[in-house]
Amino acid sequence: MSGRMSRPVRVGATPGKAASGVILVIAGIAFLYPLYALAAFAFQPVGQHSGFTLDHLKALTDPVRAFQYQQLWEGIQNSLVIAVITVVLMLVFLLPAMILAELRFRSVRRVIEFVCLLPISIPTVVLAVGFVPVYQQVWHLTGAVAWVLAFAIGIITLPYAFRPIQANLSGVDVITLNEAARSLGAGWFQTVWHVIVPNLRRGMLSAGLLTVSVVLGEFTIASFLQQNTFQTGLALLEQADPYVASTFALAALLLVFLILVVFGAFGAGRRRSRKAA
Amino acid sequence: MTAVLDTPAAAPAQPGTRVQLVDVVKEYAGHRALTGVDLDIAPGEFIALLGPSGCGKTTALRALSGLEQIDGGSILIDGVDVASTPINKRDIGMVFQSYSLFPHMTVRQNVEFGLRMRRVGGAERTRRAQDALDMVGLGHLAGRFAHQLSGGQQQRVALARALVTRPRVLLLDEPLSALDAKVRVALRDEIRRIQQELGITTLFVTHDQEEALAVADRVAVMNTGNIEQIGTPEELYLNPATPFVADFVGLSNKLEGSAAGGAVTVYGQRLEVLGDAPASGAVIAYVRPEDILIAESGLPATVVSTSFLGSLRRTFVRLDDDTVVAVQHEVGDRLEPGAAVALRFTGRPVVIAPKV
Repeated sequence: MSGRMSRPVRVGATPGKAASGVILVIAGIAFLYPLYALAAFAFQPVGQHSGFTLDHLKALTDPVRAFQYQQLWEGIQNSLVIAVITVVLMLVFLLPAMILAELRFRSVRRVIEFVCLLPISIPTVVLAVGFVPVYQQVWHLTGAVAWVLAFAIGIITLPYAFRPIQANLSGVDVITLNEAARSLGAGWFQTVWHVIVPNLRRGMLSAGLLTVSVVLGEFTIASFLQQNTFQTGLALLEQADPYVASTFALAALLLVFLILVVFGAFGAGRRRSRKAA
Repeated sequence: MTAVLDTPAAAPAQPGTRVQLVDVVKEYAGHRALTGVDLDIAPGEFIALLGPSGCGKTTALRALSGLEQIDGGSILIDGVDVASTPINKRDIGMVFQSYSLFPHMTVRQNVEFGLRMRRVGGAERTRRAQDALDMVGLGHLAGRFAHQLSGGQQQRVALARALVTRPRVLLLDEPLSALDAKVRVALRDEIRRIQQELGITTLFVTHDQEEALAVADRVAVMNTGNIEQIGTPEELYLNPATPFVADFVGLSNKLEGSAAGGAVTVYGQRLEVLGDAPASGAVIAYVRPEDILIAESGLPATVVSTSFLGSLRRTFVRLDDDTVVAVQHEVGDRLEPGAAVALRFTGRPVVIAPKV
């Protein structure tokens, strides 16, 4: 015994500046180094292990090689359409269901949570194979590939869309807001539209971002259903031109990162404008 | 401020609405939260529902508002049964216990919300919202958001928002309970002032008896899903109808006694009994601290402690049988702990309950 009382360690305490810096550097390296490697490869001259060239990017505009990239461009278009449809489906089905469960049918909240989190525990391959008959029906009904994939991928995005909305719902006293709005003469739709939804904006933005990210990164279902999306197009292109494929992969990552920053700035902007008011 | 209140914007459309709860029953999973509540609120009257937690007072208010569907009885507003009318059609204003301002709206937008739902035109909406905010003294904060206001300010805005639509009835569900003591008293008085100026029928739920006695025309004391007694604050305090009311409203000493012939004998002194008394036998008598005097001769006791309460002093004394009794007396009569004193009853009638 030294006679000096040891200070109890606080679990979850905020780290000091130095510790924060070290954590940031380690996490930064782990995150950025693969991106750096990807970028280095994407702009590397053919057959060399170093150097920098824009020839691979210039090839994208080469009419002679246009056919090589045709499938990828179509895949990107499909993925963007699927992303929009998936986000709309999420907003049209999941969001109202969660709001209704929170306000009126609280006993089913656990059921919704279970259903929404279930896809994360089932391998995507199993989902794809098991739901093929369902997807075929959707295909018959809509006649559009994008809708088929949107429904299929929508199942996978459920856990990622559910969590941010649920967190937002938990952070807002929607029951009291609902009762206050109703006492002021608002009907159910007016209450949800004018009062509840605006207060779930952050959760909806996060859910939308995660949904877009999942859609852009989804490969298994599209591959199983033999549909052309960004990821399947990228996989095919990688066999013909791995340099351009890497460029697109990097661009996709940057796009998602950019969306994240824009969403974050949008939220922060709203907060600042409120404080300034 | 009075000028603002004189404007049509701040005045209820139909001042003085009569509200009746007739044999109202409400059950939750087999448990009866309301067991046949009868309440008749006169036009323009301010009624406080007072009672301990779980007595059903908030359920009664929510039933009146339409937030809870009742399982029996009827709810009449100006003679019309509204039991099956949804809350947004009942034309009531409500202030909640928790701050219920819409966080994404400014104060003005919050106050205008009810008018927007009623499709009131933009110019009139703005004018009426400003009038309502001026009425609660917050006209200068119209551009702020809820999180930029203190708790008291938020509840003032909530009050303005509830009144701007000129509701027939104002319902207040423990609106002061989240506020600190000083703000609570100030807002309590302001609510009373505005209610009196507008003449709006008001039901105010609280578990704080001081609050209820201070603002209400009449107080309804609730217990286990029903109203035990309704009356003016003075009636409740001076003539409690039941032992529960005597015990819950104000402070009472519970002293053992013996009842016979409409009177009770407590420590040798005969006291008249209020209300229906048990014919005879051992009882508990509820005696107010101010109904026990410190005298030169009488029941011997020893001072235990004494507390300064501003305009008066409350002293606890121990009798020879170890019963501790609270006595209220002049501030100047400072009694030291351990001092020997004598007690005497003023002789005011008391409530009694059978000794269990």
